[in-house]
Amino acid sequence: MSACAEGEPSRAPIPMERPEAEPLSASGSCQAGEAEAEAGSGPAAEEPGGRAAGTMMEDCLSKKIEITVSEAEKRTGRNAMNMQEIYTAYLIETRAVESQTEGQCSPPDSLWRRYSEFELLRNYLLVNYPHIVVPPLPEKRAEFVWHKLSADNMDPDFVERRRIGLENFLIRVASHPIICQDKIFYSFLTQEGGWKEMVNETGFQLKAESRLKALNATFRVKNPDKRFTELKHYSDELQSVISHLLRVRARVADRLYGVYKVHGNYGRVFSEWSAIEKEMGDGLQSAGHHMDVYAASIDDILEEEEHYADQLKEYLFYAEALRAVCRKHELIQYDLEMAAQDLASKKQQCEELATGTLRTFSLKGMTSKLFGQESPEQREGKIKVLEEQIHDGEEQLKSKNVEGREFVKSAWADIERFKEQKNHDLKEALINYAVMQISMCKKGIQVWTNAKECFSKM
Amino acid sequence: AGRAAAANRRGRRPGCHGGMEAESRVPGPPLSGSPAGGAGGAAAAPRPSPPGAARAPPPQPPEELAFDDDEEDLEVFSKDTSLTEANSFSPLIPTSPSSMINQYKFEDEPELKDLFITVDDPESHITAIETFITYRVVTKTSRGEFDSSEYEVRRRYQDFVWLKSRLEEAHPTLIIPPLPEKFIMKGMVERFSDEFIETRRKALHKFLNRIAEHPTLTFNEDFKIFLTAQAWELSSHKKQGPGLFSRMGQTVRAVASSVIGGGVKDRPDMFTDINDYMETFNQKINLIDKISQRIYKEERGYYCEMKEYGPIHTLWCASEEDLVDSLKGVASCIDKCCKATENRMAGLSENLLPALHEYVLYGEILTGVLKRRDQIQADLDSKVDALSNKKTEKDLLTEEIGNLEDKVECANNALKADWDRWKQNMQHDMKTAFLNVAENNIHYYEQCLATWESFLTSQTVDLHLGEDSEDKP
Repeated sequence: MSACAEGEPSRAPIPMERPEAEPLSASGSCQAGEAEAEAGSGPAAEEPGGRAAGTMMEDCLSKKIEITVSEAEKRTGRNAMNMQEIYTAYLIETRAVESQTEGQCSPPDSLWRRYSEFELLRNYLLVNYPHIVVPPLPEKRAEFVWHKLSADNMDPDFVERRRIGLENFLIRVASHPIICQDKIFYSFLTQEGGWKEMVNETGFQLKAESRLKALNATFRVKNPDKRFTELKHYSDELQSVISHLLRVRARVADRLYGVYKVHGNYGRVFSEWSAIEKEMGDGLQSAGHHMDVYAASIDDILEEEEHYADQLKEYLFYAEALRAVCRKHELIQYDLEMAAQDLASKKQQCEELATGTLRTFSLKGMTSKLFGQESPEQREGKIKVLEEQIHDGEEQLKSKNVEGREFVKSAWADIERFKEQKNHDLKEALINYAVMQISMCKKGIQVWTNAKECFSKM
Repeated sequence: AGRAAAANRRGRRPGCHGGMEAESRVPGPPLSGSPAGGAGGAAAAPRPSPPGAARAPPPQPPEELAFDDDEEDLEVFSKDTSLTEANSFSPLIPTSPSSMINQYKFEDEPELKDLFITVDDPESHITAIETFITYRVVTKTSRGEFDSSEYEVRRRYQDFVWLKSRLEEAHPTLIIPPLPEKFIMKGMVERFSDEFIETRRKALHKFLNRIAEHPTLTFNEDFKIFLTAQAWELSSHKKQGPGLFSRMGQTVRAVASSVIGGGVKDRPDMFTDINDYMETFNQKINLIDKISQRIYKEERGYYCEMKEYGPIHTLWCASEEDLVDSLKGVASCIDKCCKATENRMAGLSENLLPALHEYVLYGEILTGVLKRRDQIQADLDSKVDALSNKKTEKDLLTEEIGNLEDKVECANNALKADWDRWKQNMQHDMKTAFLNVAENNIHYYEQCLATWESFLTSQTVDLHLGEDSEDKP
């Protein structure tokens, strides 16, 4: 595995569920990766890779190819139960970056994918890179809607925002030093036919940990790394506060919409009133026009704010990705603890057999009491078996320990990367929000100044 | 001769032809301060209904505007040349006390104001029978006919109602200002809630001041008694005089006799025009009142949500060390905008809403005034009919008719002049109210802008984003 030049801690792949991922290119410039955010992607997709230097790898896929999700199209097809369904397909275009800089404008490669395929890709990544905070997908169904927004998945505005979200997802994956190198990911971008089969053939679903097992580990683990416990709390808080914020923001948007739109009624009534007024008529009529402008302006304002909401939503969903990493740690740790416990109990058994004392209850002990003691040869045999098991167990425990430590190390590295990305993105989102508010205020001042002038002519 | 003159006077009204349909886009001829004959040509260009369409500039001949400040009241009558031309019955010679009073100025000049009234200090009174509120009415004046220069009395709503009915009786075709309603149907406000009392107090204050500013009503005797008499004096004074019944009778007759859509036969076009205008005006002002109330409601809802919105950002700080500045900044901005919204709302409830509501109430008042005028004319018409039918008692009837003709003429003049005045006031009040709204909104947005801009500055200093952020939509 040709890793990147910098001291990336996750250079050594985790020995477990790593598929036949091959690096796409060993070369690359040594600058920190900057994702190419397309114009159409809006604030949601801006520069996910442009983080503080040193944490991003220079030969991220995003440096080499430009990825856009440029179109969305309604399709009809047949689902698994052979019933007709309507779904939206998204056009993914990829274009080599070098061809652009040389002034050539080669046509992009493109293929169509639907949302469920994105989900499949992400699930694959989750299973195969459990130590990575895998970027989230945009929401499956519209949530936190305020009344004017449709909760319909077919709504063009929703589809548009989802398109942007999917593009953002791909760019984030492509900008991640590790997962950008995944072959399945690359095929997702480039190979239209047979991709689903290819993914399924990797058998990743079998490797997926069952939820029940994970839950069990979470409850029973005794010594998880404190940092992960804290991270879990943090992700819960993050999710809770962003949800709350988004809910209230939706209500604020609703009310703001109401304030603006009701003013539109002035326009109509002023116009009708102006018909019977001699001196006041002109002023009324033109003021009414400005009221119409005012009422209409809220649509764009709130549409833009949706993009801001989407930026926050991404981090709402990232919380779940964080928790997934924590769960994996707990699983590994639990597995380790169980193995250690098992080893300890075997050692004890061995000791008891060797010394002939019975310190703990064992079925063997009881049966031997009931049916008579075993012969020294039998005991020797048992001891030998146990000693072998103990030896194997110790080896396993050693490798599990290594595994556990490796996981913690690499996971934590990615978490640090994530934290920096998050701080940067959220700060920028808040600034965007301020910019939007400023724009709204300026528009308001202009409209009301115009209206004031009309009123003064009344 | 008298009859011919009467017919002439009724028939000719300058420029008030082509009455207006209620929703017509073509404005009627001048209803405000109509000058002589050429008024017909002064109709403004038709107003197209779609908003935003350009309107031709109204050709406003100067004589249609309000009277010059220096003009004597007498000028009002001389401008109405139909009267002077049509007959020898010159209205310039005062023939009745009311027209004598009409000689005073119609303009409301603050420098000449010599009567200042305030209504404040609502107080609850509980008796065995009822609970009611009294308001303190303070009057300061330099007028000679007042014995003192300052008065302080307490009045309850009933007293105001009494005053209004007395004024309507004395001046059936003058526009008496509206009183606040007895009840509010809108549900949310209880009879004795602070909000209701305050709204009522403001309206009562306005009511008395409107009377004080009215060139005729300000000298009404009952008004003076209302302002100056002690409680017991007022009670005993109330018991004298015709009281409520005669007024009711008058209006009942008026309502009964007026025909919908046609009014009195040969009603002067001017008053039909006023009637048509008021129909549309009432409809529009009611709509605007509703719209404005709704805006207030939405703004209040927005305010409530914003109050919750800001603190969430502060809450978020607890789990984000690196974002504390940004989050706190946003929280503070939102809180400041919240405060600014509160101010904007206050502006609405203190200025626009009461102003609109007063004109909503004026609708009914003007309808009543027009009806009473019609009734006065109907009385005349019926006598005239009687004269043409009867052969005897001609002289008596003729004399009666003469008196009634005077009455009709005075009523018409009084109403016309008061209508002009009302129209002017309305324009001024509406303009002021909406200017105030616009200013409040500008101020609101300016405050919010300043707050967000200073936040942005503090942030971009850190991130060195500089000019980039301005390119963002």
